[in-house]
Amino acid sequence: MNAAEIERLVRRIGKDVAERAQGAGAGHDLAIVGIRRGGVHLAQRLRRELGRTLGAEPPLGTLDIALYRDDLANQGAAPVIGPTDIPFPIQGKTILLVDDVLYTGRTVRAALDEIVDFGRPRRVWLAVLVDRGGRELPIAADFAGARLECADGDDVQVQLVEGGAAEDAVIVKPGRRS
Amino acid sequence: MIGRHKHCIALADYSREEILEVLDLAVSMKEVLRRPIKKVPSLRGRSIVNLFFEASTRTRSSFEIAAKTLSADLLNWTASASSVTKGETLIDTARNLEAMRPDVLVIRHAAGGAPRLVAEHVGCAVVSAGDGAHEHPSQGLLDCFTLREKLGTLEGKTVAIVGDISHSRVARSDLHSMPKLGAKMRLCGPPTMIPAGVEALGATVHYDLREAVEGADAIVMLRIQHERIGDPLIPGTREYSKFWGLNAKKAAEWLKPSCVILHPGPVNRGVELSPEVADGPHSVILDQVQNGVAVRMAILYLLAGGTESEAKA
Repeated sequence: MNAAEIERLVRRIGKDVAERAQGAGAGHDLAIVGIRRGGVHLAQRLRRELGRTLGAEPPLGTLDIALYRDDLANQGAAPVIGPTDIPFPIQGKTILLVDDVLYTGRTVRAALDEIVDFGRPRRVWLAVLVDRGGRELPIAADFAGARLECADGDDVQVQLVEGGAAEDAVIVKPGRRS
Repeated sequence: MIGRHKHCIALADYSREEILEVLDLAVSMKEVLRRPIKKVPSLRGRSIVNLFFEASTRTRSSFEIAAKTLSADLLNWTASASSVTKGETLIDTARNLEAMRPDVLVIRHAAGGAPRLVAEHVGCAVVSAGDGAHEHPSQGLLDCFTLREKLGTLEGKTVAIVGDISHSRVARSDLHSMPKLGAKMRLCGPPTMIPAGVEALGATVHYDLREAVEGADAIVMLRIQHERIGDPLIPGTREYSKFWGLNAKKAAEWLKPSCVILHPGPVNRGVELSPEVADGPHSVILDQVQNGVAVRMAILYLLAGGTESEAKA
């Protein structure tokens, strides 16, 4: 997937979110939370898109879910923890949770747990650039740019470069098939 | 694991990178302490034992808050209310506690080397909360964290440590960490309280307080322990205060405006610090207390998170 296609997907997600937010009367209490690290950049772009459509850019936060992971015991070393920054009250907001790739759903589960520890949002929507299937939890994206059929071992990489949109790409590397 | 280390016993063992690993993580941990719900589930199901053979409120509570913020279960075990008074040895006590399967044992002991000895006999991770006149690694790390927060970096900064250097585990942990982050160290105190050969740790020695603190970016004022007062090392608190204590007048005349004053607590008001200085604009003593929780969260997370502890294997 190349830069132009990604740009088109981001626009479409932005448009869909804006429509749904306006339909739900949530245009003014919308806030975006990007999941570190892949979701942060996409969240920034969606914010610009939404700013164009809604007239004002919604507030933006970032979330690091490392402290909420369910697989700490299986990790070789404790995972690196980046900053979480939610500079607005979650209470009563419509939260657009953003990640680059949706796979097992475990990251989203952790993010939901973390968000509700910050307050009680009115609702949470999930937007992803790529839904690659392979869910291990009952979690679905409200907005997905693309849906890919990937095998378990495949590696889906999303590159989003600030300012250098021409280098944006989604790359699927086939894993070893067993 | 912190770098190569399963335990946190002495900063003398730690490299610059290993120290920075804890300090960087503590920045994220400090953010957790500012959240509306100050609790994250990362150490859920892990248990931590506070094993304190020496009186301590601040350090014990700090480890306790750190453990609870990370959702670990915590057992406080104090020597005065325990089988130690019935004659149980240190290793027997530690082994018995280990049989209860903790993931981390936090130990404070009056004898230097006690945490290391325990670490050799148990499978879980051991964190020293201060042992004799040896080290107090979490205090050294929180001092470094506070200086990084206040000064931006320790690279090229001058830090003066003032007081009873000989008996201070805080001084030792500071001396084994701050120079690794680029700080230049000055030591100051009564000649009877400066250990011989301490220059080998890369510090300059001063017997005059003014000489030590003038131009310094930070000062660590050590606590004069009451049990030392009246013994031959110093004649009395008034003389100590006169020569090595900081009051408002000395601070105004000698210190850089940006100089920060640290103290491991509890402060002897009127001895090493006058109340105006302890509560004054240079003082970052209460920041240290808050940062202590963040740093201890980072230590516990690195040692109890991630790897399955051997005790469980």
